[in-house]
Amino acid sequence: MTETHSGARPTIKQRMADLSTFWNSRSRPQQWVLLIPVVAFLFALPVLNPPIITTEPATDFPIALFSAAVLALIAIGLNVVIGQAGLLDLGYVGFFAIGAYSAALLSSPDSVLGIRLSWIAIVPIAMVATMISGVILGTPTLRLRGDYLAIVTLGFGEIDRLLADNIEPLRGNRGFQDIARPGGTYPDGSPIFTQTDALGFYWLAVAIIIIVLMFMGNLERSRVGRAWIAVREDEDAAELTGVPTYKFKIWAFAIGAAVGGLSGTLFAAQVGYVNNQRFDVTTSILYLAAVVLGGSGNKVGVIVGAFLVSYIPDRFQFEPQYRFLVFGLALIILMAFRPQGLLGMRQHLLTYGRQAYARLFGAGTAVRPTGLSPSTRATGDLPEVTPDDHAGTSPRGGGE
Amino acid sequence: MTAAVPALPHCRPTDRPRTPSYPPGGGCPTSPPERVISVLDLAALDPGALAPLVVHAEPWINFDVGLLVDRFWANTINGLAYGSVYALIALGYTLVYGVLQLINFAHSEIFVIGVFGVYLTFVALGFEPGAIPNLPLAAIILDLVLAGLVAMAVAGLAAIGLERVAYRPLRRRNAPRLAFLITAIGASFVIQQVIRIWRGSNPEGTIRLLPPSPAFTIFGAPVTNLQIVIILASIAMFVVTDRFVNGSRLGRGIRAVAQDPATATLMGVNRERVITITFLVGGVLAGVAALFYLMTIPQGAVYNGGFLLGIKAFTAAVLGGIGNLRGALLGGLILGVAENYGQSLFGGDWRDVVAFVLLVLVLMFRPTGILGESLARARA
Repeated sequence: MTETHSGARPTIKQRMADLSTFWNSRSRPQQWVLLIPVVAFLFALPVLNPPIITTEPATDFPIALFSAAVLALIAIGLNVVIGQAGLLDLGYVGFFAIGAYSAALLSSPDSVLGIRLSWIAIVPIAMVATMISGVILGTPTLRLRGDYLAIVTLGFGEIDRLLADNIEPLRGNRGFQDIARPGGTYPDGSPIFTQTDALGFYWLAVAIIIIVLMFMGNLERSRVGRAWIAVREDEDAAELTGVPTYKFKIWAFAIGAAVGGLSGTLFAAQVGYVNNQRFDVTTSILYLAAVVLGGSGNKVGVIVGAFLVSYIPDRFQFEPQYRFLVFGLALIILMAFRPQGLLGMRQHLLTYGRQAYARLFGAGTAVRPTGLSPSTRATGDLPEVTPDDHAGTSPRGGGE
Repeated sequence: MTAAVPALPHCRPTDRPRTPSYPPGGGCPTSPPERVISVLDLAALDPGALAPLVVHAEPWINFDVGLLVDRFWANTINGLAYGSVYALIALGYTLVYGVLQLINFAHSEIFVIGVFGVYLTFVALGFEPGAIPNLPLAAIILDLVLAGLVAMAVAGLAAIGLERVAYRPLRRRNAPRLAFLITAIGASFVIQQVIRIWRGSNPEGTIRLLPPSPAFTIFGAPVTNLQIVIILASIAMFVVTDRFVNGSRLGRGIRAVAQDPATATLMGVNRERVITITFLVGGVLAGVAALFYLMTIPQGAVYNGGFLLGIKAFTAAVLGGIGNLRGALLGGLILGVAENYGQSLFGGDWRDVVAFVLLVLVLMFRPTGILGESLARARA
């Protein structure tokens, strides 16, 4: 991310703003070129195994990175629901579980289905299954206010776990062994994807994240993405201006769920074993912490958040019980002092703002992202037509 | 970890009708007098503890109408006693929701604080886990009342503290609703983990002051002294709360703020004070619920004991109509009874699922609950 030189004259905030200006004024191909070294570094990270960053000897570094990558994928999916559409989903672990159990049922020799599909065939099936479960969960609940949704999804996450306990073919605590892995061998003939070596799985996870990010980016810039943001900012206003809010909320739920399912299959393939012990609701809260910590609504932010939530306990080896305590505290403190997270939300209905300003005032015009936070909204080196024209209006909606 | 536990020979489906409850993880019934109601999933968040319970000697789901009919009255009475505990917790959710439109996720943790208040009072009074004390009835009642008062004080103070530390700063800043919800979840998490670090993750020992003994029977179903005390005391607490909200000067303030905070402030209602009182009342009721809960399930003092109970109490509040005091009572009783019927019908493993499915069904078909949402209009 950004280097934050402490003590120098420009403050961190200014530097971040400058960086974001620089980035936003590049064209898309330029951005791609700039991203190549970053991606290359990410791929090389487990091989480089840099001394201070590494989690060894306590935790195997590729495995630590792999779990961070899976959490990042989960956070990207959850970000669609929380960050984009503004729906609080506390049972996201349920979708993760459905993905993992789909992989188990379709490939484990313990499964009642008695079939063994390859991993690559499982992925679309699992994603469709989770999407359908997302629609089933969303249909009755998304007509309701947001806080009901939170508690219903919490119940849903718990029901998923109870079903895995209770339904005999899901094997409860005994679980499923020997779940299919992706194929593929190194040039010397040894398999890339094994349980002991997470290196291949980490690369796969990063590749999937990049693909999902591209997909999400396009979605955000599309009609769907604008509808989500409209729903998040003001559902009534969105409905009045003709956005079919219910439909788009269900879409957000379904797409978020599909990404959750995808991460579930990835996880199941790496571990090779699924039982009912990994899908409790506390885990869901950790996912929430990852999204909120990084900055909900910001794709890069949630990846950073997921990395921190997964990496810090691995690196500094604190007990799991303190992990939950620390992230619970982090949620409270963040909401009190920096509700937008470490990296704030970027889109505020001005999705095409960059292109629009570029077209109006020529390419390279500095456009800062408009945000809820005063820090991103304050300085106006924008051209005359700025969204800050409304800055004088009280956020409380003055007229009363 | 993976090996299946062999089916226990004494655990056959024919055992079921005679035993009142089954452990949450499934399998064999535990000793009947100890686990009168097994709603608390002790193993919910504790891997490993669940392992010995996963035994499936019978079909994983039943549809046993005979058993439902058979145990109808016993289930009803048992459910009413349990439902009263739900109702007391649900009142806390409903009050806060009525005034702030906030689901106070951490309310279940306030309840757990109350449970530990009761437990630690028992310990401070010199009771040891395990043995049933041989004391005169008056002394036992005195001890129970004392424990209840401590729980009410502790839970009430904790609720006020929670409001001060977590919610008030957000209200000052006029934060969005999502921020309130996330803070509530974070607070719930923090309280839970602090208790876990302090007291460990195993349930505390069993202290039973008042062993249940059948007082009389209704339609062949025994009614224990414990159930009578709980049902009557809960209804009394409900009436007091209802009178307080609907009849007193402070209660008028609560209703005014629930109806329209801005106008209420203009009319001279101190909004912050009303909010503090609302949290206090909710916390005190949770403390009472904690006493009854620990009297019913003496092994229930555990750090994550509030999670399921909290969701169920919230379900009860929604069922009756959130923001509506009478709705909370009605919803709690209905939920307690429905859960017991579901347990008889589908098998003990499905008890919690019944509660959640009920929540989803209510939200689908009548999201405002049975009596409608109206703390503000509780008395027109």
